[in-house]
Amino acid sequence: MLSLIVNRILWAIPTLVFVSFISFVIIQLPPGDYVTAYVAQLRHSGEYITELQEAAMRQEFGLNDPLLVQYWRWISAIVMHGDFGRSLEWNMDVKDMIWDRLGLTLAISTLSMIFTWIIAIPIGVYSATRQYSFFDYIFTVFGFIGKGIPEFMLALILMWLGYAYFNMDVGGLFSRQYETAPWSWGKFVDLLEHLWVPIVVLAFGSTAGLIRVMRANMLDELGKPYVETAYAQGFTERTVVWRYPVRIALNPFISTVGWALPALFSGDIIAAVVLNLPTTGPLLLKALQMQDMYLAGSFILILSVFTVIGTVLSDILLAVSDPRIRMA
Amino acid sequence: MIQSNNPFPPERLLQLDDVNVHFPMREGLVKAVNGVSYHINRGEVLGIVGESGSGKSVTARSIMRLQPKQALDAGGSIRFRRKSGQEVLISSEDRQSSTMRDLRGNEIGMIFQEPMTALSPVHTIGTQIMRTVMLHRNVSKADARARAIELLTKVQMPRPNDIVDRYPHHLSGGMRQRAMIALALACDPTLLIADEPTTALDVTTEAQILHLLKSLQQELGMAIVFITHNFGVVADIADRVAVMYLGRVVETGTVDEIFYEPKHPYTQALLRSIPKLGGQKARRLKTIAGSVPDPFNVPDGCSFHPRCMRAVGGVCNVTAPPEVRFPSGQMSRCHFAEEFRSEAAE
Repeated sequence: MLSLIVNRILWAIPTLVFVSFISFVIIQLPPGDYVTAYVAQLRHSGEYITELQEAAMRQEFGLNDPLLVQYWRWISAIVMHGDFGRSLEWNMDVKDMIWDRLGLTLAISTLSMIFTWIIAIPIGVYSATRQYSFFDYIFTVFGFIGKGIPEFMLALILMWLGYAYFNMDVGGLFSRQYETAPWSWGKFVDLLEHLWVPIVVLAFGSTAGLIRVMRANMLDELGKPYVETAYAQGFTERTVVWRYPVRIALNPFISTVGWALPALFSGDIIAAVVLNLPTTGPLLLKALQMQDMYLAGSFILILSVFTVIGTVLSDILLAVSDPRIRMA
Repeated sequence: MIQSNNPFPPERLLQLDDVNVHFPMREGLVKAVNGVSYHINRGEVLGIVGESGSGKSVTARSIMRLQPKQALDAGGSIRFRRKSGQEVLISSEDRQSSTMRDLRGNEIGMIFQEPMTALSPVHTIGTQIMRTVMLHRNVSKADARARAIELLTKVQMPRPNDIVDRYPHHLSGGMRQRAMIALALACDPTLLIADEPTTALDVTTEAQILHLLKSLQQELGMAIVFITHNFGVVADIADRVAVMYLGRVVETGTVDEIFYEPKHPYTQALLRSIPKLGGQKARRLKTIAGSVPDPFNVPDGCSFHPRCMRAVGGVCNVTAPPEVRFPSGQMSRCHFAEEFRSEAAE
C-alpha cells in the first residue's frame, strides 16, 4: 500500500515537468503573439503603432528569445519564487489575479460536487433497487432532462426566476457593496446568499448524469452472486445493499474524482460567464483570446497540475477502497 | 393435491409439500417449480439431481425465501424445525421478515456454485465471516475473529491465521469454496443448502470439497440438501436422492434404490448415459433423445413422455402420472412404476 502511494507520487513528478513544458508550448503555438493582438486592438481603436515600436515591445517582453529560454525563465520563476509572471493584458502580477479566483472556484466546485454526490448516490441506489418502480421512472425522466438542458440555459432560467419572482440580486457571487470589500462576516453571508444559484446550476447536470451511472453500476452489481451470499447471511436488505454492492459500484466514481477538479475549473466557463462569476473560467477564456501568454500559460499549468494531483489522489483512494487495486 | 396436512414428525427437519413457483414472462407463465414435495430428516444428506432448468435451484431458493423478485409463490407449504424444536412455516414468511433473517446464516447455511464471485471482493475473508457471527451471536469482535479462525481451521484451510486477513482474489477456487463453506457454517446451522458447490471446480478439488463436506456433516450432525446434475457426486455424498424433471420430483429413494432399482424411465435413462469404467469399448454412450421442452409449452400428460422410451400413446400423453409409492419409501411418478418393480425382481 505504502509502496503504491510512493510509486504514484514519484511518477507524478516527471509527468508534471512534461505537462508544464507542453502547456508552455501550446500557448506559443497560435500564429502571432500578445504584441500582435495588442497592436491590432490599438489600431482598431485608431492609434498608430510603427513597426519599430512593435519590435521594441517584443524585445521588452522577451518574446524574441528562443522557446526553451522563455520556458526556463517562466518555470524557474514559478518554482523558485512562486512568481507566475505578469499579465501583459492587465499589467498585473498573474498570481494576484489567479489565487482569489482560484479559491472561489475550488469552493464552488467542491460544494457542487458534494451536493451532487449527496443527492445522486442515494437516488441512484434507490432507482436500481426499485427498478421500474414509479419513482424510478420519475428519476429517469429527471435524469434525461437534467442531462439535456445546457447549463447556461438553466442559469438563465434560474436568474430570471430569482429576479422576477423573488426579487433577488442574481448574478455574481457578491452584492455590489461587498464586491471589492475585504473579507468579513457580512461578506461571507452575502456569498452564501449568492452561492446557491451557481451550485444548483453546476450540480444539476452532473447529478442527473451521476444518477444514471450509479443506477447502471448498481444494476450490474445487484445481480452478482456475492449479493445473494450476503442475503443468505440474514442481513437486512438495507445492510446488504449499502455494505456490499454500493461499495463496489462507487469505485468507478472514485477513480474519476480526480478529473472533477480540472473539469470544474474550466468546464463551467459558459455558465460562469452567464452568471458573471468571478471564477477562473471566464478569465482563462479572456486570456486565451488575447494571447496573454503568461496568464493563459499559468492557468493551463495549474489546470494540468490539478489533473495530475487529482489522478494521484484518485489512485490512492481507489486503492484504499478496493483491495484488488493494491495488487498491481 | 392438498398435502399441507401431512404429518411433521419430530425427526423431520425440512418438509416441502406441493411447492409451486411460477414466473410471469411476456411469453407466458413459466411453472419453474410445479408441485415439488420432498423432505429431509436431521443429519441426513438429500441429493437433488436434475438437468439445468429442472427447478432444483429455484426450489432451494424458496427454502431461503430468496427466490428472484419476479417469482410468484403459487402455493404449497415449506416447514422447517428450528433449533429450539419449534416448527416454522417458511412458505408463509415474507422475504424480509425477521424470522427469515434469523434463520438465514444462523440455522440454514447456503453455499453456491461460483466460488469465484460468491464472496465480496472488497472485504477480507475474516470480515465476511465475522459479520455473520456478530449478526447472529452476541459476541465481541475479538471472539468473532477467533471463531472465524476456528472455522477456517475446521474447513482445513491452509494457514488460517494468515488467510483470515486475505481477500478472495488471493485465494484459489478450491480455497474460496472452503472459505464459502466456513461462512455458511459460521453459526452451526442445522441445514446446509449446497447449490452445485463443486460444479465450477476441477475434479481433484471437487473430490476434496466433497470429502470435506461429508466429514463436516458427520462431525456437526447437520443435514445437507445437495443440488447437482452429477450422479457420481450424488453417489458419493447422499443418503437419499430426489430426481427432478421440469419442475417436478419424478422419483425419490435411497441412493441404492435409485442406482440399482430406478423406477422411473428418466432416472434409468440418466443412469445409462453415465460412462462406466471397464465397460465395453467402442460402444456409443446412450443419450436421452430430444432435449428439455420449451418451458412455455410443457407437454400434456407426463411431461417426460416425448423423450421416454416406454411412453404409451393414449396414456402418457393424456394423464399426468400419479405418485406411486413403494413400501420401502421409494416414490416414482410413472404410470408403469409397478412394472419396473417386477422387472427388477426378475
